[in-house]
Amino acid sequence: MKEIVVISGKGGTGKTSLTASFAVLGGEDLVVADCDVDAADMHLLLEPDFALSEEFYSGELAVIDQELCTGCGDCAAVCRYDAIPVVDGRYVVDEIGCEGCGYCARICPTEAITNIEQNVGHWYRSKLRTGATMIHARLKIGADNSGKLVAKVKNEAKIVAERDGKGLILVDGSPGVGCPVVSSLSGASLVVLVTEPTVSGLHDLRRVHELVKMFGIPSGCIINKSDLNRDVLADLRRFLDEEGIVLLAEIPYDEKFTEAITSGRTIVEHDADLAGLVRDCWRKITKLVEDD
Amino acid sequence: MKIAIASGKGGTGKTTLSTNLAVFMAQTEPVVLVDLDVEEPNSGLFVRGDAVHDEPKYKMIPVWQEDTCRLCGNCQEVCNFNAVMMLGPSIMVFPELCHGCYACSELCPTSSLPMEPKKMGDLRHIRTGNLDFIESRLLISEEQAVPLIKQTIAYVDDRFSADTLKIFDSPPGTSCPVIEVTKGVDLVVLVTEPTPFGLHDLKLAVETIRQLGKQFVVVLNRYGIGDDQVEKYCEAEGIQLLARIPNSRRIAEIYAAGGLLYRDVPEVGVVVEEIAEFIRSRREVGRS
Repeated sequence: MKEIVVISGKGGTGKTSLTASFAVLGGEDLVVADCDVDAADMHLLLEPDFALSEEFYSGELAVIDQELCTGCGDCAAVCRYDAIPVVDGRYVVDEIGCEGCGYCARICPTEAITNIEQNVGHWYRSKLRTGATMIHARLKIGADNSGKLVAKVKNEAKIVAERDGKGLILVDGSPGVGCPVVSSLSGASLVVLVTEPTVSGLHDLRRVHELVKMFGIPSGCIINKSDLNRDVLADLRRFLDEEGIVLLAEIPYDEKFTEAITSGRTIVEHDADLAGLVRDCWRKITKLVEDD
Repeated sequence: MKIAIASGKGGTGKTTLSTNLAVFMAQTEPVVLVDLDVEEPNSGLFVRGDAVHDEPKYKMIPVWQEDTCRLCGNCQEVCNFNAVMMLGPSIMVFPELCHGCYACSELCPTSSLPMEPKKMGDLRHIRTGNLDFIESRLLISEEQAVPLIKQTIAYVDDRFSADTLKIFDSPPGTSCPVIEVTKGVDLVVLVTEPTPFGLHDLKLAVETIRQLGKQFVVVLNRYGIGDDQVEKYCEAEGIQLLARIPNSRRIAEIYAAGGLLYRDVPEVGVVVEEIAEFIRSRREVGRS
């Protein structure tokens, strides 16, 4: 089974628009996984039916039983997150600050503290309008553990792919270089980097590619809005060349990207010229994965 | 006064607004611009100045002392993050999983897991005129942004008075890094764009900020493209739509080259001035 992970480092480069387009082009032959769990948007274009919805529990939260608490303050003294302030004369847990390490519960002399498992979001298994299955999720507001939810989404996608005999999983990853991205990358066969010729785009591509290299995963790159700046475009091309990253496509700046999203469709369903470019790009991607 | 420039969706213009606003306002008063998007810090590409201070940032992780360890397994038992494991006759520490809670270290009966610093990133502080700029960047392979964000805010709090205007360029999304940035600010400016993606992620961001009980306003970027759903949503929710930054290819081109917009694009200059005025009026309200 092959796994294509689309990431961008920087947000707003067109990653989700392109991934949703690939999902349309791939049709029923693939399983889609939306791992951008903090701000998942692919469902806006692919009309999932939310057939299965399950709660996701991960991590813990300390809860103080005020009946048992003697106010000794040992818990607050060991908490490295300053998450047990005194409010109205009582020690209370700041739910946002608590990381669920459990240290306070272990040392509380009256056993007044327990740790409860936290519901950090939901994950869904859906049929899309393309006929494919998509695994997606929604992280609870402000929740921790997005990396674990990403791992869950990927794992469920694998189960579906095996069950239905699909050879390909298409993953929409998250921005940045932190835990959700690391989680998205594990087990990937090919990374598709989406960037733009802006100083920020180049900067963020360099950083995220450094991470991809640590995983030793082959990668290709799509330069979106390619005609925005000729100098940065040249720098980008040089970087790809030096790093052995396959240039998959250069797509000019086009407001039809926004038009397509606004009409609730992908670019390949919206504009014939862009559709041609994206289709060629998808062909290159599938060939790269097959050859791997 | 602390202001966070945030957004649910990435790439909506947080850095553009943060840098333009900071440089503009620094013409008349001291401003501290802090890039807290430590995973992908970009504000520094748009601001130049003289070096004030550089320092590596560390997090504390346990380090196993083989000679005193009795292999009782207590450390593995107390770690809720599977960051300390007993594998055969040795204790393995996985620093990327460690949350630095100290439980394994302080509860070890033989003190065989002392906490030692491990580098997680670098902080850089530069100055030009009235503007102080501070950014931190997470080392690649470090997964947790929150500890570095905390230390960067602490650096700023130590060096500048509470009254000084501080602008925080936030990470995207709605999870723990954003919470860490926004929970201590006086005002959140949410930047979005008039598309279904922009609207969807704005709603998530609004829910997050409301949960924190913070004052917030919305700035609509790339105005003129897409549809009017963000405006309708703000109206229905009683959210103040503070300003609209027009959509134009020229703006995208100037941004691409690393340039600031308020001087070269009069339409943007007007908007930045409006937002600056709003912030100043808010501060006056806070003082009185």
